[in-house]
Amino acid sequence: MELFEWGNNPWGQEVLIRISMDILYLSFWAGIAFILFHLIYAAVWVPKLARAHAGGGGAGAAGGDTVAAVPEKIERHTMAARVFHWIMAASMLALIITGFFPLVGVEFPWLTIHWVAGVLLTVSVLYHIVHASFFLDFWSIWIGPGDIQEAIQRVKRQLGQDVEVKRHPKYPLDHRLYHMAVMLAGLAAIGTGLVMLFRIDTPVVARNAYLLAAETWGLVYVLHGLSGAAFVMLTLTHIYFAVRPDKIWMTKSMLFGYVDREHYLDHHDPERWIVTRESGKG
Amino acid sequence: MAVIRDNMPAFELFQPASTDDALGLLNQYGSEAWVLAGGLDTWDWLKDRVKRPSVVVDLGNIPALREIQASGAGLEIGAMTPLSEVVGHSVVREQYQLLADAAAVVASPQIRNQGTLGGNVTQDTRCWYYRDGWNCYRAGGNICYADTPTAMNREHCVLGASRCVAVNPSDTAPALIALDAQLVVRNGSGERVVDAAEFFVGPEVDIERMTVLEPGDLLTAVRIPSTWAGARFYFEKSRDRQVWDFALGSVATAAKVNGGVIEDIRVVVNGMAPTPVRLTAVEDAVRGQQVTDQTAEQAGQIAVRGVKPLAHNAYKVSLLKNLVTRSIRGTEA
Repeated sequence: MELFEWGNNPWGQEVLIRISMDILYLSFWAGIAFILFHLIYAAVWVPKLARAHAGGGGAGAAGGDTVAAVPEKIERHTMAARVFHWIMAASMLALIITGFFPLVGVEFPWLTIHWVAGVLLTVSVLYHIVHASFFLDFWSIWIGPGDIQEAIQRVKRQLGQDVEVKRHPKYPLDHRLYHMAVMLAGLAAIGTGLVMLFRIDTPVVARNAYLLAAETWGLVYVLHGLSGAAFVMLTLTHIYFAVRPDKIWMTKSMLFGYVDREHYLDHHDPERWIVTRESGKG
Repeated sequence: MAVIRDNMPAFELFQPASTDDALGLLNQYGSEAWVLAGGLDTWDWLKDRVKRPSVVVDLGNIPALREIQASGAGLEIGAMTPLSEVVGHSVVREQYQLLADAAAVVASPQIRNQGTLGGNVTQDTRCWYYRDGWNCYRAGGNICYADTPTAMNREHCVLGASRCVAVNPSDTAPALIALDAQLVVRNGSGERVVDAAEFFVGPEVDIERMTVLEPGDLLTAVRIPSTWAGARFYFEKSRDRQVWDFALGSVATAAKVNGGVIEDIRVVVNGMAPTPVRLTAVEDAVRGQQVTDQTAEQAGQIAVRGVKPLAHNAYKVSLLKNLVTRSIRGTEA
């Protein structure tokens, strides 16, 4: 398997050009393999675990006072957060389709759509950074030292040990890990993509193909390719979870903004995601 | 970089005697195979050691590919027909003079005897950065050396650039598009017929090839419908010297003129963009108009809308305008 494509600069020196197609295919098949693994896991292993740990957790575990204090609908995502999510999703899908479909034989004029979607993604992410930093519960999506202990406990539980595991805060650990991966890949894709705008004719920046040395351009292309390939896998798995019947309540919350009381009490720890009847917000 | 040597790199040479045999070889070797027609484009690549195919399939022994067949529906010209035979064919001269005019100004008499219609249409671009083996976009790299601050790009495009600024060098391509020709492409899974206007691929779609042909594909014939037979034709090629040179710009026009009024028209230019460009805005503007100097001037003005010259080819804007103007007027004067 080739990791990178190499070429020669005008002085005959070997320089990086971009990632190889093998990495793209690897990312795609890794995503498919993960989905298949999870399908088997959900069909075979999860029912087994549910029987082993029957009786604990869920709405029934919450006290009457707690249930009474929780409103019928709890806001999980504000309108602004949902608008950002769907703009980002649309631009990301456009970027993946325009970035990779021509490479696998679906040819069309892709470049203009690609860079416009990239600029849209950049603007939406800048907005998200400001919005999440000053108007949302900033730390709720980040991973902290306490999460390591929780992760160990969850793994033990998955392996059949009788370990008490707290229910989730507002964002489950896997969501926060996913957010971290998307953030890293996204910032890499955006940073390199903005530099790559100098290689093409756009109204955004004046074209300058010699902005960087050939070797540096190669690194930019490689980083852009790696982050793009990562998004192939990340997007596949994200869409898979979004359409799973047992997760659809979360997908609906990204559409309508709310989760209902039952799902809240089933999946979340009221002490870790504090919701009051007055606010209806977390 | 290109290195000119006495000997070409070794390759396995096949000389099939039938189209089916050729297709079988192309199917077998896929992207490893190089199709050899007249060899005018091929030998440069191979001698410069920029392209190194392991297999060369020479079509020179397939008589079926060099026939010209005329019928009521039009003309079918085998892809291996030498350009000089195209120029001299009586039906081409009587009905489709536009193609004869275009083929007659390809390079030199010797090259027209050796070069084929299919080869002329499918030849690669002449951008010297690319042909000299520079690792540009078209060669699989990540830069266009012809569009940098220090680049020599006098012959490059003023229209349709998308990262790559190379132009299509074919003289016959604009004539075939103006004649609404169709190109017959065969491969292991069958035959498809592609409109000449759709045959050429720009860098915005695929930066590494000039036509729709993919490994395994073989251009077998060019079909010219009778739609434009006997129309008023105009072809002009502008070049640095009057023989053995590629076009700086060319125009091919087919027009149905009745009583001095343009009833229908095709205007196609080449040497201005990575593909031959049909100027539909010009066609729409002059259709139904009298052939006058004013109409021709207006057409020239419309032709240059949206042009983006590079550092050294601003002259192509005037060239494009004047070529189109003269083609509508119908005379060089």
